[in-house]
Amino acid sequence: MTTNAPALELRRVNKWFGAVHANRDISLSVGRGTIHGIIGENGAGKSTLMSIVYGFYEADEGEIYVNGALCDIDNPQASIEAGIGMVHQHFMLVDTFTVLENIILGVEGGNRLAGGIEKARIELERLEREYTLEVDVDALVGDLPVGLRQRVEILKALYRGAEILILDEPTGVLTPQEADHLFRILNTLREQGKTVILITHKLREIMAITDHVSVMRRGEMVAHVATKDTDREKLAELMVGRSVLLRVEKEKATPGADLMTIEGLNYIDEDGVARLKNIGLTLRAGEILGIAGVSGNGQSELLEVLGGIISPTSGSIRYKGEELVKNPKFNARDLRKIGLGHVPEDRHKAGLVLSFSANENTALGYHDLPMFNKGATLDRTKMVSACETYIEKFDVRPPDATLKASGFSGGNQQKLVLAREMEQDPDVLLVGQPTRGVDIGAIEFIHKQLIHMRDQGKAILVVSVEIDEVMSLADRIAVMFDGAIVGELDASEATEQRLGLMMAGISDQELHVSDPEGEAVS
Amino acid sequence: MSETKSKFGAPSKVPAWVSLGLIPLINLVAAFLISGVVILIVGDDPIKALEVLVYGAFGYPEAVGYTLYYTTNFIFTGLAVAIAFHCGLFNIGAEGQAFIGGLGVGIAALYFDFLPFWAVIPLAIMLGAVFGAGWAYVPAYLQAKRGSHIVITTIMFNFIAFSVMTYLLVEVMINPSAGGSPETREFSDHTWLARAPEFTGMADSPLNFSFILALLLSGVFYYFVWHTRWGYEIRVVGQNESAARYAGISPSKNIILAMIISGGLAGFVAVNELLGVHHRVLMDFTGGYGFVGIAVALMGRNHPIGIFMAALLFGAIYQGGTELSFEMSNINKEMVIVIQGLIILFSGALENMFRPKIEGFFKKRQSLSTAEV
Repeated sequence: MTTNAPALELRRVNKWFGAVHANRDISLSVGRGTIHGIIGENGAGKSTLMSIVYGFYEADEGEIYVNGALCDIDNPQASIEAGIGMVHQHFMLVDTFTVLENIILGVEGGNRLAGGIEKARIELERLEREYTLEVDVDALVGDLPVGLRQRVEILKALYRGAEILILDEPTGVLTPQEADHLFRILNTLREQGKTVILITHKLREIMAITDHVSVMRRGEMVAHVATKDTDREKLAELMVGRSVLLRVEKEKATPGADLMTIEGLNYIDEDGVARLKNIGLTLRAGEILGIAGVSGNGQSELLEVLGGIISPTSGSIRYKGEELVKNPKFNARDLRKIGLGHVPEDRHKAGLVLSFSANENTALGYHDLPMFNKGATLDRTKMVSACETYIEKFDVRPPDATLKASGFSGGNQQKLVLAREMEQDPDVLLVGQPTRGVDIGAIEFIHKQLIHMRDQGKAILVVSVEIDEVMSLADRIAVMFDGAIVGELDASEATEQRLGLMMAGISDQELHVSDPEGEAVS
Repeated sequence: MSETKSKFGAPSKVPAWVSLGLIPLINLVAAFLISGVVILIVGDDPIKALEVLVYGAFGYPEAVGYTLYYTTNFIFTGLAVAIAFHCGLFNIGAEGQAFIGGLGVGIAALYFDFLPFWAVIPLAIMLGAVFGAGWAYVPAYLQAKRGSHIVITTIMFNFIAFSVMTYLLVEVMINPSAGGSPETREFSDHTWLARAPEFTGMADSPLNFSFILALLLSGVFYYFVWHTRWGYEIRVVGQNESAARYAGISPSKNIILAMIISGGLAGFVAVNELLGVHHRVLMDFTGGYGFVGIAVALMGRNHPIGIFMAALLFGAIYQGGTELSFEMSNINKEMVIVIQGLIILFSGALENMFRPKIEGFFKKRQSLSTAEV
């Protein structure tokens, strides 16, 4: 082991997937005991690169050096032996096992568990002390909150002797407070001499925690900089290749009539779990109402109820004075016809049929409208021409109405969904995670479209787990926690800290200058 | 791996002739090669066997007639399985649906034969389809409303169909003067479907008007699936059920619709077999066509043209195989089933064995040529 060598070095790594050059001549050097950020848009090749380092894929060309020694990493086992640990975006844990059992999974140390478990327990206690990673090792993983599960993943990597820890989008599921806690842990790891590689698309995190940052764009490394020598704007420009607006430019909203009033809305799912608890909200013309919250706190169910996909257990939804609950019109198809558009949270799961062409997706939900029909049959030419109009208006690339939806990138898929819903000119638009998995360039475009729609006097409900997005887009913000609205406030009064507390379920009554709940009901 | 490929937007387009022509052909060649080895092992000459098979299927007009007659059944069951596939359902029950369809055909032809031919034949066809559809409705309802898995229920319904038909043929509809064999009396001859005309040279084969029906239904199938909103809805449900719910398309309605159409198409086997050939209701006239229909639909990629080609292939093997078992001493009927099985194995179950390699080859070549440009 040569002491001055970087902890991890990549030289001219290349990777192709079919015709796609996912990683092009990547060289990277990560110093020992540093936190190194890797940022880039979706599809820039970050995840591929880290999968190569972790041994999921083998590079087609190039070399990997760990502590100065050439390593032939062709499977995850080789990577673990080289001292590399990975914390995946989606945790790889068995819910019905305890923390301890999860951590020793695969490294039990013999056929009989008993001896190994005791040794593991002692070792884990040492690790927890050393890195301030307190977790109850006998708790079931399924009972732990997300932030703690992530710690278990980190412990798992450390237990396997990781000197280099790769974290893939670690804060996606965390509240801002939990994210701060994670950063403190990463700091401790750095102090103890571990090397951390942080993959993210959030510039805030890069600026907050890293020592160095590498920027990827379209499969290439476009810059390596010391974090202290750069700023968010410069990094964003490097990621996209042109300058971008990080904050949405918008006029102050001029709210008009109440278009949709939701009162006392409850939803209990098939398992008897209350997913929505006494929700009260008002959507006004010419205003964007943002719903903030950590994912899984009822936002998805709220969208599904309002979109007519599931029926609420009780409560009232009035749309332009007409009660919708218990109304035969209260289904996804008829709601569209009376002017309610819905961009679902998950475009792959719900918004698109990936195996269909773009033009067939253009008719999804609207396939029985005259605009797509000719007598009893679907009119293919009309579908294609409508799709071509959308593609031009929303600058979808490649501009091919016959390409399968799966052939478009995430941002362009999202544009297809948005175009479909917006071009029907709804009065109320529900938007779930408008820019999830969308690159920065497209985010700017999508935000502009939403603001433009608001300025035309439409009511828009935006649900997003990205606190920045809610803050910059919404005129009013309601925060959801555990199926209920914790509070509602004007966007101008919102701070990250205040929203963060509310997202953790702490409704800070004295912070509410006006009483937004009362406002919503009136 | 393949997930990552699509994630990175790799051009997934290989030329259509590769995915629709070359790959099925390679699968077929592989199946024949293995069959050749098996024939060698039992001590016959595989080249000669192939000659006999092809001659037996296409060598003279009567053989062609027989081949097309089998093809007709496979088109019906292939379409039946395919429409269910488009809705994401695996209909294993075409066999039973066809059998019950025979009851509908029989009821019309036996008890309504006082009607003139232009009334009783359409009635028989309609009842055949309706009975088949009705038999498919029950598993469809159970799947749509109760979540009982359609594979399990349709298999069970095959057994029920056989038991019901056995009971009816033995106890109720039996023709006492047929010497105790479980079949009905012969239909009156004005209910019979027209055979192939004399000039084609196929008049002695069982080929009949049903073949025209099969071609017509193939056209209707194409139009329905890809050019109507009902077909659109069925495909949305089949490809992505949550997208269907999001779009206000009811999965349960479409599951039932697709299965009714599926059962109705399966019922046409009874039209071909009973109205066209046997002119009575009898046991086991479905002859496994419903099961082979699964392979036909798979091989034909659920598209009418593909289904026609696959049905023709299986028709040829049925007919040529019969000839083969007559001509060659070591090859018996079971051996022909082995060959069929190998084709099903290679083109159905092992469909993806050669595909990635061949597609990879064409993609690489494509990317090289674009790189050169």
